[in-house]
Amino acid sequence: MRRETCQVLILGAGPGGYVCAIRAGQLGLDTVVVEAAAPGGTCLNVGCIPSKALIHAANEFQAARHLAGPNALGITGAAPTIELSRTMAWKDGIVARLTGGVAGLMRKAKVRMVAGQARILDGKSVEVATSDGPLHIQTEHLVIATGSRPQDLPVLPFGGDILSSTEALSLAAVPRRLAIVGGGYIGLEIGTAMAKLGAEVTVVEAAPRLLPQYDAELTRPVAARLKTLGVAVLTGARAQGFADGALVVATAEGDRRIPADKVLVTVGRAAATGGFGLELLQLDMAGPFIAVDDRCRTSMHRVHAIGDVTGDPMLAHRAMAQGNLVAEVIAGRNAVWDKRAMPAVCFTDPEIVTVGRLPGDAPEAAVTSFPFAGNGRALTLERDDGFVRVVHDRATGLVLGIQAVGAGVSELAGQFALALEMAATLTDIAATIHAHPTLGETVQEAALKGLGQALHM
Amino acid sequence: MSISSIRVPDVGEGVAEVELVEWHVKPGDIVREDDTIAAVMTDKATVEIPSLFAGKVLSLGGEIGETLAVGAVLVTIEHAGEGRVASAPAPAPQAEAAPAAPAEAPMPKAPSAAPLGSVAPRPAVQAPLASPAVRARAREAGLDLRQLRGTGPAGRITETDLAAALAAPPQAPAAPTGRRREGSEQIRILGLRRKIADRMALANARIPHITVIEEIDMTALEDLRATMNATRGERPKLTVLPFIAAALCRAVVDHPEMNAHFDDDAGIVTRHRPVHLGIATMTGAGLMVPVLRHAESLGPFAAAAEIARLAEAARSGKATRDELTGSTLTISSLGPLGAIATTPIINAPEVAILGVNKMAVRPMWDGRQFVPRQMMNLSASFDHRVIDGWDAARFVQRLKQLLETPALIFMEPEV
Repeated sequence: MRRETCQVLILGAGPGGYVCAIRAGQLGLDTVVVEAAAPGGTCLNVGCIPSKALIHAANEFQAARHLAGPNALGITGAAPTIELSRTMAWKDGIVARLTGGVAGLMRKAKVRMVAGQARILDGKSVEVATSDGPLHIQTEHLVIATGSRPQDLPVLPFGGDILSSTEALSLAAVPRRLAIVGGGYIGLEIGTAMAKLGAEVTVVEAAPRLLPQYDAELTRPVAARLKTLGVAVLTGARAQGFADGALVVATAEGDRRIPADKVLVTVGRAAATGGFGLELLQLDMAGPFIAVDDRCRTSMHRVHAIGDVTGDPMLAHRAMAQGNLVAEVIAGRNAVWDKRAMPAVCFTDPEIVTVGRLPGDAPEAAVTSFPFAGNGRALTLERDDGFVRVVHDRATGLVLGIQAVGAGVSELAGQFALALEMAATLTDIAATIHAHPTLGETVQEAALKGLGQALHM
Repeated sequence: MSISSIRVPDVGEGVAEVELVEWHVKPGDIVREDDTIAAVMTDKATVEIPSLFAGKVLSLGGEIGETLAVGAVLVTIEHAGEGRVASAPAPAPQAEAAPAAPAEAPMPKAPSAAPLGSVAPRPAVQAPLASPAVRARAREAGLDLRQLRGTGPAGRITETDLAAALAAPPQAPAAPTGRRREGSEQIRILGLRRKIADRMALANARIPHITVIEEIDMTALEDLRATMNATRGERPKLTVLPFIAAALCRAVVDHPEMNAHFDDDAGIVTRHRPVHLGIATMTGAGLMVPVLRHAESLGPFAAAAEIARLAEAARSGKATRDELTGSTLTISSLGPLGAIATTPIINAPEVAILGVNKMAVRPMWDGRQFVPRQMMNLSASFDHRVIDGWDAARFVQRLKQLLETPALIFMEPEV
């Protein structure tokens, strides 16, 4: 068998793994990444990027459809059509460009890439089934970055017309009727896009409302928009199975049949901890996830874990930060996880951004908010729904959390996170000039309002 | 880990402020739950404040003599589990005044409701407020930002705060936290103490000591001793000392240079055939060295009986001059008080002394695994003018061999 050795061996080239690899390479560590599929992981191949491409295409299509009818802008046009297979080809082009870019960056950092399925032999050695036969790799440090997979339901196993997010992002045609089981952000992002592309969408959620991890104030504009788009929402409903072209759901009023051509199941993601010999290591687990400390160290010496396998929130940027951290830790730097802010974005319509504490997490804190209805830029974009909200310490004005719901607010996530990391106060935000006319002015206005100095209210 | 603060409790009777009179802890101390952390004084009584958490003290809320409001942070403690803000329970004040007449005793008040909510308007800050750049710089410099007081908005630790903390000289010694002690006492060194002082000074000044410390596996000897003690009948109980004495007597057969006197003025070393073993003994008056005469001729039980008799004689002041002079080699043993190692001072004009250290069960590697063994260190000092390091080491190795295989001690000397 062919044999190789390295200092750092990373299992998985998703956002966590490839960032870890690039940073490790930059730090002069002899690094190998093993990946069975294309680099970039779920995020680049079947997650963040493809879904954002689909959402963009859907928004463009929907705008064109809107402009084909009577509209306030005075634009006349013909009713558009869409050939989804061409949309998908365009999306695949973006994915290919990005995954190629990631591979190039790793090469530049002198990271060796091994294509194939890895199997752990022990905490420092792995066998990879490559196209050239098995390859044995011996390492000094092992980094587990195997990510997560869509979770299915026993009553709705993936296959045929039962889709996971992966298949939903590669459909060749828009389904006429799409039922979505799970009203979390993945289901709503894809569901909204499909509705804009012309599908008849029904969302089934077991909790009493959509996006149950957020408060009702934040999700209300999203629910309102779904209604406008004609998306049917069934809350407090549990999927029972799919038969004769219909999804059967149990509700408080009894079973209901929802006719559907395709059923998308988005009930969460499960850590990918099985199928590659991880059990051999008998690492300490935190529930279904690998337990790690503030340096992403597992219970085994020189075995690290990063990304979705280490638990919630399963976010690409969290994995990237962990990957960066682990590379520095392995290189002997004094690095530790001390992040204060973990921004999260829902690319629903309108978008939701959350950072830090929600009002419900900090009942003793004060809350100030400002609506986009009072923002000039929002009006020029024909989207005055939503608001920015700042949770802050009552006495000192220290910012504890910032949330926003509104069209395009995802681009404010950076500012929100920066405010928390820098330990900003309301005064800091209020005293910072925010360019006019931008959506970001609402953040400054919310801060001013919290200080009792609102100008535009 | 999380950080919690303990606040000044409501001590009742309308007291709004207390004076800090005593700290029982300082930053960095590990406290257990219910350990006293501070004493505060109201105008009525002194109250000791116990810790509500087991953990590490991070910071103190004030200095002795400072007045703190009820509800002010007294200490912050890093501990396992959820972070909390808590008021220390208000213990019954230890009234300093004589008990008042029953009629004047105040009615016990109902416990004040929810002091937590009323005194904790702010959440306990979980982490120091500082930008990522400041945090990274502090981490590199090994500085715990929790020890710093930020001057920025909301107590944010700024670049300037950090620079000042890094530039500051090492922390001044902690301010005295208790009553100072004053004065001194002069004691005239007389009698035995004077003699000990002179002899020690002379021995230490004139003799270049070399001390060899070796670890001895006493397991076999301890087994033998246990067996002998179990079957001793009316005879005295054996300590380790008679065995060590016997081992010494056996070892000097091969190393006659050790059982000797060195008259450095005359430049003559006198090697002795009999072993008159000095046994360093602690007495009420000080260190004395009664002599076990002809130790080489005594079996373990006889030696044990004689050592006990001499020690008793020395302690009761009844030892004769003969019993306190003429030793040729000395053993010093602190018994159970003994340490891991000592550096014994030679009983001049002798040329060697053996210090016996404490025995303890220690894990020893037998080539395959760790096994528990009765281990004891021997500290042997030699007069380096007449004993080379090589001979010193060989002598100690011989002692080790004898003690680890005690049967060898009792074989006939190969004269």
